[in-house]
Amino acid sequence: MIINDPPVTKDLIAEHGLNADEYQKILDLIGREPSYTELGIFSAMWNEHCSYKSSKKWLRTLPTKGKYVILGPGENAGVVDIGDGQAVIFKMESHNHPSYIEPYQGAATGIGGILRDVFTMGARPIAAMNALRFGAPEHKKTRHLVNGVVAGVGGYANCFGVPTVGGEVEFDPRYNGNNLVNAFAAGIADTDKIFLSEAKGVGLPVVYLGAKTGRDGVGGATMASAEFDDDIEEKRPTVQVGDPFTEKRLMEATLELMATGAVVAIQDMGAAGLTCSAVEMGAKGNLGIELDLDNVPVREENMTPYEMMLSESQERMLMVLHPEKEAEARAVFEKWELDFATVGKTTDDLRFRIIWQGTEVANLPIKQLGDEAPEYDRPWVPTKPTKTPEHTESETDIAKVLVQLVGSPNLSSRRWVWEQYDTLIQGNSLQLPGGDAGVVRVDGHPTKALAFSSDVTPHYCEADPFEGGKQAVAECWRNLCATGAKPLACSDNLNFGNPEKPEIMGQLVGAIKGIGAACEALDFPIVSGNVSLYNETNGVGILPTPTIAGVALIPDYKKMARIPFSQTGQEILLVGANANWGSHLPQSQYFKQIHNLHKGPPPPVDLTHEKATGEFVRYIIAENLSANVHDCSDGGLAVALAEMAIAGKMGATIAQPTSNHPAATFFGEDQGRYVVVVSPKDLQQVLDKAAKANVSIQQIGTTKGDTLKLGHARAISVEELTTAHQGWFPRFMAQ
Amino acid sequence: MKSLVIQFPGSNRDRDMIAALELISGHKPQVIWHQETTLPPADLIVVPGGFSYGDYLRSGAIAARSAILIEIARHAARGVPVLGVRNGFQILTEAGLLPGTLMRNASLKFVCKNVQLEISNADTLFTGKYSSNQIINCPVAHHDGNYFASPDTLKTIEDNAQVAFRYANDTNPNGSINNIAGVLNKQKNVLGLMPHPENFIEPAHGGTDGRALFESLLEMANP
Repeated sequence: MIINDPPVTKDLIAEHGLNADEYQKILDLIGREPSYTELGIFSAMWNEHCSYKSSKKWLRTLPTKGKYVILGPGENAGVVDIGDGQAVIFKMESHNHPSYIEPYQGAATGIGGILRDVFTMGARPIAAMNALRFGAPEHKKTRHLVNGVVAGVGGYANCFGVPTVGGEVEFDPRYNGNNLVNAFAAGIADTDKIFLSEAKGVGLPVVYLGAKTGRDGVGGATMASAEFDDDIEEKRPTVQVGDPFTEKRLMEATLELMATGAVVAIQDMGAAGLTCSAVEMGAKGNLGIELDLDNVPVREENMTPYEMMLSESQERMLMVLHPEKEAEARAVFEKWELDFATVGKTTDDLRFRIIWQGTEVANLPIKQLGDEAPEYDRPWVPTKPTKTPEHTESETDIAKVLVQLVGSPNLSSRRWVWEQYDTLIQGNSLQLPGGDAGVVRVDGHPTKALAFSSDVTPHYCEADPFEGGKQAVAECWRNLCATGAKPLACSDNLNFGNPEKPEIMGQLVGAIKGIGAACEALDFPIVSGNVSLYNETNGVGILPTPTIAGVALIPDYKKMARIPFSQTGQEILLVGANANWGSHLPQSQYFKQIHNLHKGPPPPVDLTHEKATGEFVRYIIAENLSANVHDCSDGGLAVALAEMAIAGKMGATIAQPTSNHPAATFFGEDQGRYVVVVSPKDLQQVLDKAAKANVSIQQIGTTKGDTLKLGHARAISVEELTTAHQGWFPRFMAQ
Repeated sequence: MKSLVIQFPGSNRDRDMIAALELISGHKPQVIWHQETTLPPADLIVVPGGFSYGDYLRSGAIAARSAILIEIARHAARGVPVLGVRNGFQILTEAGLLPGTLMRNASLKFVCKNVQLEISNADTLFTGKYSSNQIINCPVAHHDGNYFASPDTLKTIEDNAQVAFRYANDTNPNGSINNIAGVLNKQKNVLGLMPHPENFIEPAHGGTDGRALFESLLEMANP
């Protein structure tokens, strides 16, 4: 016991987010009352954020293996083969709670954390995306949060030097009290030079690298595992402060060090900092770890062991090094002007020991802290379906509705956002935000490129978590196919409310089941991910938001599709649709925005149909039969066509099926559909191939002129659509 | 053409610049770490983009005080062409090798997009392959690109044709005075440029208008 340590009381235990059962478990494990430092360590390791205690049971059911998977979940990021001895390493992770408390730093350190996960494994980051969700535009905090989060993302990624090539921005009142920042990064490494966190060998030096330890972020992971209330401002000190300049140097030094062969094991210090990284390295390697805190580089005076063990100061790494290479390793870090300190060693007794000023302040069983942490089978109830709202379609002004939709908060252009991100750095960006997927060349390869997309439709998930989970995976897969890329694998970032409520737990379970079904059917395994629970404020939860971020390979980027209409007089096809073109309106943007109808089931995803259609579209692109493709998602066919027209500054004339109501035709959000543009000379060939592949195709119109004419509706000038589409975001932010 | 690329700890478009120089000249440039105190003979010295020291203070202010800048200045005085792009431009102005200064963008936001540039002086080492008043496309990506100079300085650089590139057709992304995107020293062998020609040299970049800048330098080096 250290002088001045507070006594371990009931209140102190509760403040650490540990319940009575968990505390009893601690007493049983160590046979005595824990010290203050030990209590902090347990709290850091057993919180929801680090232990996945509510979700683990269900995450295990997800498909994680596949032909291209080298390494699935469990490490810092997933590893997937892209051929030629190279792998893409990627993950998506949330930084929701901190970004609401302090938007700039919360978002910035979210980007920092995910970049570190990628280069910790030996990969140089080549692309980033971020899926952002904010409260209603009219809510008083929204503009402030959008400004701060976007500036934070840009501030970190731009300085670090990774192109941001994709993402999402969505507004909904259900995020008023909890915005979401889901950050994705991908890097490339040689398949035989991938570094893991598992420590090997007894008596080897444990080395601390990077920035110094301060008091920022103490208790951050525990904060991120709790709901918010009115005292949220008091939590600001739990948010870390980012330094992308140090992160950039840390990456260069880490990659340089890895090339020397000095690194046995490596783990970045993210959530719960020194505690989590050390425990993970030891527990995975079945080794104990002993740390001497007097050697930890600190930037503040009189830091207690508790603070040092729980600090979430950024841009830090822990490594186990080959002792004979220590001098060489030190030289690399000194060149980059970063701290390098031997702070401990590996041991053979499976204990996690902390020494401070010559005294042992913690001595805990390492396995039980790490991979044998508590796990819950929380009660859950399935989500009840809601009835399709009564609604009779009368005369709908399709043109007017379309202009309204493309200029609405959730369907308008996000240019205001992504122009603040460096989308071009590294010189390999082939498709920027605004298309179906971001595309980046594989540096040094003459033809290969990687495509990235991040997707989820939270309202679908709330209406039916299982179908919504399926849809998130299917839409991501579809967006990737729309560029001509072959989807390889994905990362899941599951954002939900309080799992102790059976309805919320039911959403989580339903979504995971849906994600699993879709990943299985589409051969699109989950290789990494993150769970963010307790996204609630004053008892109100967010929309269930399981974000899916996928990666796909384009063998030859000269045969790649983009969304803009590019040539006049081309045939426009709707691939994957039946003779009505569209039908499903409940949960559509049209129902929500135009008729204020919010109930009913989301559009179902037929996974067999999805797969056949996607494979056919990829085939058409690979055969050079189409270079302009766009998937149909939010807002249906009409919005997809408008986006193609706006991007290409070119119009189109579209027919309409007589048998169907035009609102269903143009705004139905039926799944598994693509708009594909082909040359008239290739039309018959494409139709024949579709018939052979048993894929349905509708010929819906041709590209021409400078207006978009949908069926019998008024022709809308592309300029009018563009003004509406581009106008909303800058106008909103300027208010 | 033998070129040198100066690397600061926070340089991040050094890799883009190295790739561009290699692609166009056929030779890999030599990378010079900022702590070096001498430079080998070269046909071109490039200070690339990035955030040399994080740019938490004025962009380029710390880098401008590093030892290598004294050596760069010595070479520049002897007539060696020196190109500073974005952070390189900021560093060269901070070091006093170029007139004026670069302030925070008028929008106060980072901006990354394509702009149009007018070649204001096609009679320089850097612009010989362009024609006078030619309009080209080129991307920008910066936070502190708002060029400013006092009225006297501005008059001098305009009178002396030291403006090499200007933002054209209302695409000035940062509020730069006189739409200045690229400025030369008095001797016209040092160019500071806010846009990124190195990111616009291949069809895959969406255009190749940036090539002629490097080709101009190449032609000067290998007449």
